[in-house]
Amino acid sequence: MKRALGRVFTTEHRRLGVMYLLLALAAVAVGTTLSLLMRFHRVWPNAVLPYFGVMKPEDYLALVTMHGTLMIFFVLTTAPQSGFANLVLPEQIGAKGMAFPRINATAFWLTVAAFLVLISAAHITAGGAPISGWTSYPPLSALPAAGPGQGLGMDLWLVSIGIFCVAAWLSAVNMLATILGERRAGMTWGRLPMTVWAWLVASILTLLAFAVLLAAVVLLFSDRHFGSSFFIPMNDMIDGRVVGHGDGSPLLWLHLFWFFGHPEVYIAVLPGMGLATSLFANFTRRRVAGYKMMAGMLVAIGLLGLAVWGHHMFVSGMNPYAGTAFAMVTMAIAVPSTVEVIGWLATLWGGGLRLQTPMLFALGFLSFFIVGGLSGPLLAEPALDAYLHNTFFVVAHFHLIMAMAGVFGVFAGVYYWFPLMTGRLMNEALGKVHFWVSLIAAYGTFLPMHFAGLAGEPRHYDRLAGPATNFAALIPVERGITYSALLLAAVQLVFLWNVFVSARRGRVAGENPWQSTTLEWANGTAPTRIEAGPYEYELPQGEGGFHPQWESAPKLE
Amino acid sequence: MPATFTRNPVDVERKDTGIGGKPPYDRRPTGGGGDGENWDNHPHGRRGPRELLIRYRLGVMFALSGDLMFFVALVSAFFVRQSAGHFDAYNNFTSDWRPLAVPPILWLNTAVLLLSSVTMEMARRQLFHEIDVMEEWLGLGRPAVKRAAPWLAATLVLGLTFLAGQWVAWEQLVRQGYLLSSPDPSSHFFYLITGIHGLHLLLGIAALIAALVGLFTLKKVEFRQIAVDSVSWYWHTMGLFWAFLFALLVFFQ
Ligand code: HEM
Ligand SMILES: [Cu+2]
Repeated sequence: MKRALGRVFTTEHRRLGVMYLLLALAAVAVGTTLSLLMRFHRVWPNAVLPYFGVMKPEDYLALVTMHGTLMIFFVLTTAPQSGFANLVLPEQIGAKGMAFPRINATAFWLTVAAFLVLISAAHITAGGAPISGWTSYPPLSALPAAGPGQGLGMDLWLVSIGIFCVAAWLSAVNMLATILGERRAGMTWGRLPMTVWAWLVASILTLLAFAVLLAAVVLLFSDRHFGSSFFIPMNDMIDGRVVGHGDGSPLLWLHLFWFFGHPEVYIAVLPGMGLATSLFANFTRRRVAGYKMMAGMLVAIGLLGLAVWGHHMFVSGMNPYAGTAFAMVTMAIAVPSTVEVIGWLATLWGGGLRLQTPMLFALGFLSFFIVGGLSGPLLAEPALDAYLHNTFFVVAHFHLIMAMAGVFGVFAGVYYWFPLMTGRLMNEALGKVHFWVSLIAAYGTFLPMHFAGLAGEPRHYDRLAGPATNFAALIPVERGITYSALLLAAVQLVFLWNVFVSARRGRVAGENPWQSTTLEWANGTAPTRIEAGPYEYELPQGEGGFHPQWESAPKLE
Repeated sequence: MPATFTRNPVDVERKDTGIGGKPPYDRRPTGGGGDGENWDNHPHGRRGPRELLIRYRLGVMFALSGDLMFFVALVSAFFVRQSAGHFDAYNNFTSDWRPLAVPPILWLNTAVLLLSSVTMEMARRQLFHEIDVMEEWLGLGRPAVKRAAPWLAATLVLGLTFLAGQWVAWEQLVRQGYLLSSPDPSSHFFYLITGIHGLHLLLGIAALIAALVGLFTLKKVEFRQIAVDSVSWYWHTMGLFWAFLFALLVFFQ
């Protein structure tokens, strides 16, 4: 009993990493189920569903809200950042462990608590689940009377996110102190694997962004319960009754929220960028093209990402000059993003690709990053965004660049680091099936959404045809999307099967199965002083030669 | 016998006792030893006396920089809210913001808090006083602890005084009819800002008590240094934050 407890309440970072991944798996399972219900409802709005009966508009909004919150916070913030960093970061920098193991473990358990509170919000019957979306715009979210789910459901949402903010904060403090203070001798900035650079930037963003979200959550909570009016405008009416009693500013919430929200999307994608860089080098057996530039651009993306939040607010009534300024900074962020892509392509160019599953998923990541990234600059154009904002075009944009790129990054990591968790490799054939079907189904799901958006189909509407909205012509497209989404979800069962079977009966990996150079594969043999760079693959002594970081006296630096 | 010799790393390893085998006082910048020894080459936990201290300082610094963003968000909300308003029936732009005259006792509280930062710094310095540290390290008594404890206790008393003073300020405001639930945004901000800062100080008080206890119970000099050092940076930062928040509440209404 005591030993079992000790295993659960551990401060051992690898085990915490696996636990983070399991938490993300639970969240992604729930989140995916909810999204399938939404897809189903969009195509067959009058069907009688098990738990819901005929779905009401507020049920649909509750699904949107829980889906978005689960995926963004509990999947894409936890798995790539906390999950993988706990799994390998200390080894990659040659540290003995995390700088603050107990703070680190506390952060995990707070995240679990936040998850449980959020799940309970969905099942509170009185008033229903929160319906304000993952962005929770006031004034509706500030007034319990504003609708179903705006009572206890919304309160629980705020509590959950508040706890999550504190957890993210603690976790980032630990990561930063570890990266800055615990590197092994000789592990200079130029010898850090690109994943560590990515986690460094993402942790800085976490520290700064989640603090602001926490402040916003506190202010909103105060509006709801202590009679203040930070966000509720004068003469705000509900049901013909005036409820606003001060000159609160809903725009203020948008500023605070998106100051968090935009860095947040980079927190989700940066670790994938770092991992893709490592995998491209490994599976082409080449060095990273322009290592310094690539690392510098990750930092540049992080810094610029702190100054672009206004591109989510072009049509909010914000000063149009501010909109222009935000548009320009947003376009500027496309520059370092493009440099990253060019760096990846340069690494891949003419290098004999070894198309094993981790590499396939890294390539998938790259393809989503490019395709999803192309619609970004369009949305960053205020005039175009006036039309596209709150249409499915935006949904397509961020599902490709954040959701799919992020999830493919996580898959790449799971396939790649699986031997570190289980000592075994995952099944290649199943992995390839998983990859190709996922890739096709993901594009099948999210590419057509661009067209739906261009046709004007709005987000967050529960039905397309009816007296208020008539997009009946889009229903065939919608149906295709739904089938594709079902396929996408179904093929994940192959992945789960692969994980469970391979964990027990997979091929034994042996030491360093991918012939990697970075220290997480050193198997405890790293010297006290690191003398090699992270990606020394192209060596003169011939094909396939490589110099791991744990061997001393490299031929090349 | 050669005049100079390079120590064999194995030698160094063997001599290492616990905290890096060096007294927890760092004289690297001035020490002209030139024995070719670089502590960075040592394995973790043996990179010289300050390794742990630096780890904790990094942690405190990062935690506080997040906290800084938290307060920056509150302050920017203050300014946005202050300039918010609406057009009334006659198309005049009006705002519900009425400047709040902060209770004068806040000046006194501020002085007390700044003073507490001085005592805190005195306590911290005692623990880094080289001769005393050497003595403690060699086990010849605890002069640093003896000298630091009163300063730490003084900080505690001053901190509590500050919090009591804030409480009095709240009571005065309530008597003037400003409640958290009254319609004035300026009073919402007053309660929110002083309240959240007060919570931070409560946490600081808890940490001060822990450090005071630790001063007498922690076995290693190094840990005693870390306890007081971490609390002190936290405390100074809260003092600094308060100075800015106070200026905001007084001069930017
Ligand atoms: C070239 C780079 C990018 C540009 C120029 C860009 C631009 C934009 C713009 C202007 C919007 C607002 C659209 C609207 O609401 O009307 C937006 C939304 C969004 N973007 Fe991007 N983006 C870029 C990259 C990314 C990346 C890398 C991610 C995530 C990894 C991302 C995730 C999102 C998300 C989640 C939203 C929607 C938020 C919501 O309304 O719920 N974007 N993007
Ligand atoms: Cu954005």
